[in-house]
Amino acid sequence: MERFLDSFLNPKLIAATWPAILQGLIVTIEIAALVVVSGLALGLALALLRWRAGAWFTWPLMVFVDLFRAVPPLVLVLLIFFGLPNVGIDLPSFAVLWLVLSLVLAAFAEEIVWAGLIAVRKGQWEAARSTGLSETQTLIYVVLPQALRLMVPPLTNRTIAITKNTALGTVIGVPEIMNQATTAVSFSGNATPLMMGAAAYLLLFVPIIGLGRWIEGRFAWRRQ
Amino acid sequence: MDALIQQFFNVEIMLRALPLVLQGLKTTLLICLIVIPMGLLGGILVALGSLSRSRILVRLLTLFVDLLRALPPLVLLILVYSGLPFLGLRLSPLAAVTIAFFLNNAAYYGEIVRAGIESVPNGQWEAARSTGLRADQTFFWVVLPQSLRNVLPDLVSNTVEVVKLTSLASVVSLQEMLYSADMARSLTFNASPIVLAALIYFALLWPAVRLVSRLEHAAAR
Repeated sequence: MERFLDSFLNPKLIAATWPAILQGLIVTIEIAALVVVSGLALGLALALLRWRAGAWFTWPLMVFVDLFRAVPPLVLVLLIFFGLPNVGIDLPSFAVLWLVLSLVLAAFAEEIVWAGLIAVRKGQWEAARSTGLSETQTLIYVVLPQALRLMVPPLTNRTIAITKNTALGTVIGVPEIMNQATTAVSFSGNATPLMMGAAAYLLLFVPIIGLGRWIEGRFAWRRQ
Repeated sequence: MDALIQQFFNVEIMLRALPLVLQGLKTTLLICLIVIPMGLLGGILVALGSLSRSRILVRLLTLFVDLLRALPPLVLLILVYSGLPFLGLRLSPLAAVTIAFFLNNAAYYGEIVRAGIESVPNGQWEAARSTGLRADQTFFWVVLPQSLRNVLPDLVSNTVEVVKLTSLASVVSLQEMLYSADMARSLTFNASPIVLAALIYFALLWPAVRLVSRLEHAAAR
């Protein structure tokens, strides 16, 4: 038992490592927040463009969306991180992670928003248009609010899943939680920093998952 | 432009890397064959447990599921692979991947299967029981098939995620497809092998991704 405590919950190491883990936590929160904002905004914009633009836009969009939904994010991260410098584009690892995760979230968000938009019955469009609302007004005041009920639960789940992928940054040296923890493990030869890293993730994501459950309950679609 | 094609779509390098990458693909498929059935089975058990009458069991399973959903899979994998040796348990990369993914998948499949079971009306239970089926027969032959069908889009979409997750095994140097492709990249100083791996992942998962979209659109209508 004592050996267990010594190698997993060593008080001296906890005291020595917590500033690094905290720093990692801040980096993780920064990337996650940036990814959520840019990914969701891009996804919504793409879905609205698809609605406006028609077939010539749909095909390239589908290629992008399917590609970013089917290829593992770690593959994309390594591809961009190691590929771009050789063609003269040097992105810091933080930017690579942000870029990749934003694009992945945008691809999923576009599909979810689009599915929400087309699920609103046609009669709603026609009725709104016949009252004299313009096409854009119909979209904003009639269709989007109804679509939102369908969109929010899957969007919440997907967003949480993708923000958890910020841990992939450790592979390319983004100084986020896991990177700080594994560095500390290799310096100390002790598993305590790993436990602290895991605890930091739990601290960050248990409330977020609770929030996700609450949102899902609030927006649950009730069919009459 | 030319430099871009040379760096990402160099066919000659792709062809040279192909045998190595295909070797990796075999391991990727092997991991899938291990972790998908195990995860699904674990998920059914978790779902059964969290619908049981025992309050303590339900509480414990909810805690288990929430903790595992809060930990990124990569964190779980590193925890298992680099943490357990401190308990004197040295695992092979494949064993670590199997354990970490089993925990993660059981939690996710469990949530999905539970929603499926809850979606089957109680009358189905009662009707099946009244024909003389035992409780376990009712579950396996009447309730479970309907539950799985009701949550099919989520099951397929989660399975796509599991296949994508196997790429994380490269981090603990299990020689699956991404690991092999990255090795080829570091030997050739060229990103084309990773593009090749990305294309193979895409070819493998694209039908499933399309299917999920169609099922989801059908469900939304």
